[in-house]
Amino acid sequence: MSSQLTPTVPATVAGTVRRPRTTRPRRRGGDARVAAFFLFPAAVGFVLFFLWPTVRGIWLSLTDFNLFGRGEFVGVDNYVDIAQDDLFWNSMLVTLYYVVLNIGFQTAIALGLAVLMQRLTTSLLVRICLLLPYLVANVVVALLWFWLLDFQIGIVNTALDWLGASRLAFFGSEDLAIPTIAFVNVWRHMGYTALLIFAGLQMIPPTVYEAASVDGASEWRTFWSITLPLLRPVLVLVLIITVTGSFQVFDTVAVTTGGGPVNASRVIQVYIVERAFERSDFGYASALSVVLFVILAVIAFAQNKWLRGGESDLA
Amino acid sequence: MSSATATPTPTATPTAKDRRSFSPGRVVAWAFLVLFILLTLFPFYWMLRTALSNNVALAANSANLLPADLTLGAFRRVLGLATLEEAQAQGGSGASLSFWLYLRNSLVVAVLVTVGQVFFSSMAAYAFARLRWRGRDVVFAFFLSALLVPPIFVALPNFLTIQSFGLLNTLPGIALPTMLMTPFAVYFMRQFFLGIPRELDEAAKIDGASHLRIFWRVIMPMSIAPITTLSLLQFIAAWNDYLWPLLVGQTEGSRVLTVALGVFRSQTPQGSPDWAGLMAATLIAAIPILVLYLLLARRIVNSIGFTGIK
Repeated sequence: MSSQLTPTVPATVAGTVRRPRTTRPRRRGGDARVAAFFLFPAAVGFVLFFLWPTVRGIWLSLTDFNLFGRGEFVGVDNYVDIAQDDLFWNSMLVTLYYVVLNIGFQTAIALGLAVLMQRLTTSLLVRICLLLPYLVANVVVALLWFWLLDFQIGIVNTALDWLGASRLAFFGSEDLAIPTIAFVNVWRHMGYTALLIFAGLQMIPPTVYEAASVDGASEWRTFWSITLPLLRPVLVLVLIITVTGSFQVFDTVAVTTGGGPVNASRVIQVYIVERAFERSDFGYASALSVVLFVILAVIAFAQNKWLRGGESDLA
Repeated sequence: MSSATATPTPTATPTAKDRRSFSPGRVVAWAFLVLFILLTLFPFYWMLRTALSNNVALAANSANLLPADLTLGAFRRVLGLATLEEAQAQGGSGASLSFWLYLRNSLVVAVLVTVGQVFFSSMAAYAFARLRWRGRDVVFAFFLSALLVPPIFVALPNFLTIQSFGLLNTLPGIALPTMLMTPFAVYFMRQFFLGIPRELDEAAKIDGASHLRIFWRVIMPMSIAPITTLSLLQFIAAWNDYLWPLLVGQTEGSRVLTVALGVFRSQTPQGSPDWAGLMAATLIAAIPILVLYLLLARRIVNSIGFTGIK
């Protein structure tokens, strides 16, 4: 690398003392021009596809814009409509139900897996296996489970049959659609979440465990009195990532149930896309996504506050 | 459990308890871990097993662990190599699928996004980590704040932007919004750049090198490892993305694999879908990621701690 750097000024005897000084005035004024050059492409991307759409999204939510013409400013009409929209409230309930199921099981299973890994093995192979579902596309996972859970010849229903239980229409029944979708996504994410928690576990000093072991603490006691409290900041972070992520579930639902049967699995993001692109209610869909945005921001803020995410018990 | 010895070895870690490795608790714990690994891997095996089956024979052998009437027919159907009669004889719909086209589209989009994003985000990270200018930290915080914006929120206005550029149903239209930067990529590269000793570019600067030269000849070659990791993560993300390509790439010519799979699934008749074909298609869509993972699993697994624990 540096061997290819040909000095533009011949390195003469005078060089060594004076050159550092000549670079200093430029430094004091800052590298603003160079920085502008380096920042330019990313800044264009940021302004065009993050900043401007954020502003525009809020503006669109105050209009009755549709894909066929220009929208008129309608003030908060969309929001008033949302408050009276049964489909919206239904989609919020469905989403909430999904989030609670998904996060509850995902966090519990991932925590268990992470502790198992910490106590039993740090094998890379185990971690590689557990992460596998997370890396393939949601669509692939959805179709895979659509097949595994098929009513007629899916292996799970065949097994149920074999066990003497009755077959279940996992994606096809109103009661089971959301639990099934939640399960599929728990399966996809449990390894990833376990690895996040595992990384947190690795940061707990082994001396703490040694001390507990010397005091004769049981595994169970050690988990509740040491592992869990010391892990809290990591758990908060994992919860913020996973809760806000699972509020935005879309792919799995879109590919498997499409929101049905009836409205049983029409989660908020499916509803937004439907209003925007199938019914062309762009203004209304924008208002819905503002509502989603606000909910996510409040959740992230509240989690950080209540669970004292910034503090560690390790200090 | 109370049998813990009172003389801990100085190097003892929670995992170095070999002396108790045959306690009943540990056996149960291992059983759980193995169970979860099986639960993770079995569906992938089932995908392969089904893809290698003859769709007609599948119904009769729904629980057999081996492929039902082992055949490559499903792959041939999906890749358009089978004749219509051959496909229908094996229980396929005979509907042709431009799989090669979708594969190419996915590849073009993922490469455009990855190469562009990693390069431009690295440039930005250089400005944030190695240059001194007024307002730097404020601008950086501003960049990072975009992490909070849900993708669906920007997706609707971005659709209009891409539309006004005349890029709907084109591959550049799918790639553009994440091609120039993502907040995560900038953050990721900046973290690494901050750790490079200042003396290095000081020395290069004294030698008269410009910032562009320092960036390209000193900083970037030193960052091969994080660049590889970031490229992998972003390639996988772009390859797997569904919602945005679904909105922007709806024509045959601009359809990527994930979207095509959704279409393929909705086209299969409700009664008896071509499961073998569907699983073959699904497997093909996952193969590039699986191969990448096989080659670079350690790097990806080790990056998880970083992506999560910011």
